[in-house]
Amino acid sequence: MPKIKIDKNRCKGCYLCIVNCPNSLIKIDDELNAKGVKPVVFSGGKCTGCAMCAIICPEFIIEVYK
Amino acid sequence: MKKKNRKKINRSASKRAGKKVEEKLVFSRPQSLRDVDMHYCAGCGHSIVHRLVCEVIDEFKIRDRVIGIAPVGCAVIAYDYWDFDVSEAAHGRTPAVATAIKRVRPDNIVFTYQGDGDLAAIGTAEIIHAANRGENITVIFVNNGVYGMTGGQMAPTTLAGQKTSTSIAGRSLRNDGYPLKMLEMLAVLPGVRYLERVSVHSAQEIFRAKRAISKALGVVKSY
Amino acid sequence: MSKKLLMCGNEACGEGAVLAGCKFYAGYPITPQNELIAYMGKRMGEINGIFIQAESELAAINMVFGAAAAGERAMTSSSSPGVSLKQEGISYIAGAELPCVIVNMQRGGPGLGNIAPAQSDYFQSVKGGGHGDYKVIVFAPSSAQELLDYTFMAFDVADKYRNPVLILGDGLLGQMMEPVTIIKENYKPHLVEKPWALTGCKGRKPNIVRSFFLGEGALEEHNKRLQEKYRTITNAEVRAQTFNLKDSEIVIVAYGSVARTAKAAMESARAKGIKVGLIRPISLWPFPSKIIKDASFGRCKKFLVIEMSSGQMVEDVMLAVNGKSEVDFYGRMGGGIPTEEEVLARIEALV
Repeated sequence: MPKIKIDKNRCKGCYLCIVNCPNSLIKIDDELNAKGVKPVVFSGGKCTGCAMCAIICPEFIIEVYK
Repeated sequence: MKKKNRKKINRSASKRAGKKVEEKLVFSRPQSLRDVDMHYCAGCGHSIVHRLVCEVIDEFKIRDRVIGIAPVGCAVIAYDYWDFDVSEAAHGRTPAVATAIKRVRPDNIVFTYQGDGDLAAIGTAEIIHAANRGENITVIFVNNGVYGMTGGQMAPTTLAGQKTSTSIAGRSLRNDGYPLKMLEMLAVLPGVRYLERVSVHSAQEIFRAKRAISKALGVVKSY
Repeated sequence: MSKKLLMCGNEACGEGAVLAGCKFYAGYPITPQNELIAYMGKRMGEINGIFIQAESELAAINMVFGAAAAGERAMTSSSSPGVSLKQEGISYIAGAELPCVIVNMQRGGPGLGNIAPAQSDYFQSVKGGGHGDYKVIVFAPSSAQELLDYTFMAFDVADKYRNPVLILGDGLLGQMMEPVTIIKENYKPHLVEKPWALTGCKGRKPNIVRSFFLGEGALEEHNKRLQEKYRTITNAEVRAQTFNLKDSEIVIVAYGSVARTAKAAMESARAKGIKVGLIRPISLWPFPSKIIKDASFGRCKKFLVIEMSSGQMVEDVMLAVNGKSEVDFYGRMGGGIPTEEEVLARIEALV
């Protein structure tokens, strides 16, 4: 099952990955991270490992597994 | 791209967490890019361009031959992120520094990384003349239409009507003139071998940008 | 192998650089140093070096920055207005600790001034010129032969301290034709390893050439290190010529081309029975303060500073003398050249 891993504490909260995920599998976390922003989290589900989120992420904190 | 990245598993997030991974990593940070937090604002395209440059350098296997020139502007400390030889340059003089480095070390691959203030305002003479001399260098021109580091002042590439801290009513063509068309200006010079304007605002455009960087460094590499 | 050539100062300066193994020159035309850029254009072609006629002085000094960063012996030259333009680059070079040689064949100022010789860039040369706490090592030759010798030596000194070295001439020295003797065996450049240079990071950690230190306290540390280096230079690189200091009651202080006039005036004065000596600073930074101070503790009661300026070096002489002796000044400006008779008259007025 393809999936992504997000290094939550390095997220700056630009949310470009949310916009770019074709299946809307990324959402905003409820809690603040170490940087003081609400980071993105992988909500699970039918990830295809397309890596669109990782390609657009300016912080390179998303790793994609297949 | 996925295929090529499969081999380059280095500092993965899961390793940091100390967990064993059974899945194959298909996308991670390129080797030439240091694993540190960048100072860029949330969502800034600079870090994406940094990554693309590093990905291309890794794919060409030229990390030990490449010399980058960081500009003055937001990318001034690019050498904190790039894991290869880098020089700084005075504001706008980046192509002059690159010219000399390439002439002295023709076997190295030299590229500059410049913003619109650096390249299109204070360094207009240097870029035009370096291009006109046909210097064998690559120039990565990151144009966001504004002076970012100093706090959002009007740049020569700021669009007509665009509001900045020094054009609060929007850029007035009467007062500030037209946005400078750098690429169109450079395109007429016979010393220029390859020019392309790309964007990094979507995944698809990022692929295109990477292809352009790859072509640009490839042209220089092949000489 | 020895050969004697008739060269103008600009050409002698260029030949000194070639003898020192300078392989990179970038410049921009400006009178009165045009013979130098032309000579380098010719000689770089002959020795397989790199010559670039830059689009501006700004580009030229930054090309020197690049060449020095890549580990090459590099030089640029200009005259007063052009050197003003180069100041930003010189500050960056000093900040990034890169070795290079800059030649300034001074002309009259301020502004576009004229193209006649002057010494009005003294402050700019020795006190900084650009922004920040930095120092440029300044040598002031006084003949074509010395222009060759000191330019040759400047490259070794620059490499030794990783610091820019300025050759401060003037339009007179640059244009004047004089015989120059070149004994090839005497010019052996001391080429050093440059592990900090940008060569591509094959088999080593990446090198970074920078003058930008953003971390807290990092720039202060960098500045402390620079000042430590400047102290070392101050102790080791002072150069001056002295004449008749033992018995002189009046000591002239002059540098560069003016020192030659001053020497002639000194000799005429001594022929008239006036005990006159001469201190000729060759390194303007570091300044030979100790030599001047020691002279003020001796028989010397009065110093006479001669310059082609409104009085710039005289301030350093006053600092060195520190009130021990009287300091008089005679200067000409805007291309005026002090004559032997004028200097002699001044000496006689001091007696």
